[in-house]
Amino acid sequence: MYEGAVQNLIDELGRLPGVGPKSAQRIAFHLLAAETADVHRLVNALVAVKERVRFCAVCGNIAEETQCRICRDPRRDDTVICVVEEPKDVVAIERTREFRGRYHVLGGAISPIEGVGPDDLRVKELMARLSEGRVTEVILATDPNLEGEATATYLARLLKPMGLKVTRLASGLPVGGDLEYADEVTLGRAFEGRRALDF
Amino acid sequence: MHVSHLQLADYRSYEAAYLELEPGVSTFIGPNGQGKTNLVEAIGYVATHSSHRVAHDAPLVRRGAQRAVIRAAVVRHGQTALIELEINPGRANRARLNRSPNTRMRDVLGILHTVLFAPEDLALVKGDPGERRRFLDELLTARAPRYAGVRSDYERVLKQRNALLKSAAAQNLHHRGGRDLPTLDVWDEHLAQIGAELLAARLALVAELQPLAAKAYGELTATQDPISLRYRCSATDEELDTTNRPQLVEILRAALLRARPDELRRGVSLVGPHRDDLQLWLNDLPAKGYASQGESWSYALALRLAGFELLRADGDDPVLLLDDVFAELDAERRRRLASYVRTAEQVLVTAAVPDDVPQELSGARFRVTGGSVERER
Repeated sequence: MYEGAVQNLIDELGRLPGVGPKSAQRIAFHLLAAETADVHRLVNALVAVKERVRFCAVCGNIAEETQCRICRDPRRDDTVICVVEEPKDVVAIERTREFRGRYHVLGGAISPIEGVGPDDLRVKELMARLSEGRVTEVILATDPNLEGEATATYLARLLKPMGLKVTRLASGLPVGGDLEYADEVTLGRAFEGRRALDF
Repeated sequence: MHVSHLQLADYRSYEAAYLELEPGVSTFIGPNGQGKTNLVEAIGYVATHSSHRVAHDAPLVRRGAQRAVIRAAVVRHGQTALIELEINPGRANRARLNRSPNTRMRDVLGILHTVLFAPEDLALVKGDPGERRRFLDELLTARAPRYAGVRSDYERVLKQRNALLKSAAAQNLHHRGGRDLPTLDVWDEHLAQIGAELLAARLALVAELQPLAAKAYGELTATQDPISLRYRCSATDEELDTTNRPQLVEILRAALLRARPDELRRGVSLVGPHRDDLQLWLNDLPAKGYASQGESWSYALALRLAGFELLRADGDDPVLLLDDVFAELDAERRRRLASYVRTAEQVLVTAAVPDDVPQELSGARFRVTGGSVERER
């Protein structure tokens, strides 16, 4: 145990995800040794993130205004919505530069163990957006794990009566990898999802 | 395949042990409590990453030590694979394959195949359905590692679904027929899909085991007593005669629908492969409750032998581990078991007294005393 302020800092850092007691101690002493200006910059960044950043009123992505950058962009395609779990998934898909439609961030996935049901996700907001009638395709891009699949199934069933095109991202082999390194489940999925080559 | 070297450090009673093994029969003789079973347990651990005696790893580490290490050289198709496992209770275990540090645990799973016969096997016949489900699932996984993923997916679906049912039960939602639980439909669907995959695999396995187990039982006991393996599915009262997945999905779906009021009241999943049983019948009576001690023991051995035959038919002889099994059998059955297993590429036998081991199984002999192993010359 250290004197008051240092121990407080270690305790606070230790509550962050991925930071154990040893790492918390290292970061605390790093900050103790750092320039005051550097620490102030970190403090300001922390405060700013809580004060300035909010969630987009339309899609739920991170935004600094009422709407996020993507929702404000008039060049994006209004007829396609890609549904993801977290804002970081938006960033991942944006990096591909393949997708020019809009997003909808659910804020998680259905997981009864963690007490997360559909009401805890931004499902109502999605339904409201779809009822406006401009959207023709919904891409379900939740994580390819059990909870993500369950969420996708749930949404697919909910959307079915609306007569929209509902698609799910494919799962299979990573591009540029070796077949031999793929695990059995991925390889099995890739077999199931194989397609005919037409030339 | 066979194990050519085994080295233990801080494993159970062994501070350090090193053995060179050969194909064929090796016998480990020593009084009770000297560490014979620890040797076959360690080899079994290399094959399955779990002990047949304990559910957790902590007892595997010698008292006072931080970690246990098992090193085994496995020869198959003329190639030697060196597997090193470091057992760290409470933390992640580590593996190395051929001295490469970048090895995941699951990369070394499935290199060595073993079939273990142990006194605990009696529970296959006399114990709870869980013992028999585990027997089937472990055999499935040994034959196709993919089923490790199917099993863990299924466990996960079950956990999620039970959590949902429990919270629903707490809120008394079933009064309204569960209409407030639209997500339950989703979990039902996933349980049906993944459950059907596991179910189809188990049913196919049972069909393959049946003739092999019947043959092994007949040869062990020199009787014509018919045995039959009947898979009882919790989703239906009828015997399932299909391994067609879409059909099984339908059966599970229907059963889940029927069970829903009950499940909502009790807050647990009542239908699915986790509630199934493999019923063992002997002379048209259930072995559990009707079979004698000797018959039960022979039945358990016959199941293990059937598993051995299946793995062997897949291309490579698994290593046979016979832990103290002869003491339970009369001289005639000992001899029959011995002539049955003698054909395996490698057989490792433990016994308290040399006389328990039938003559047919002569081979290398090791003496185990107080945590050390010496080869007799």
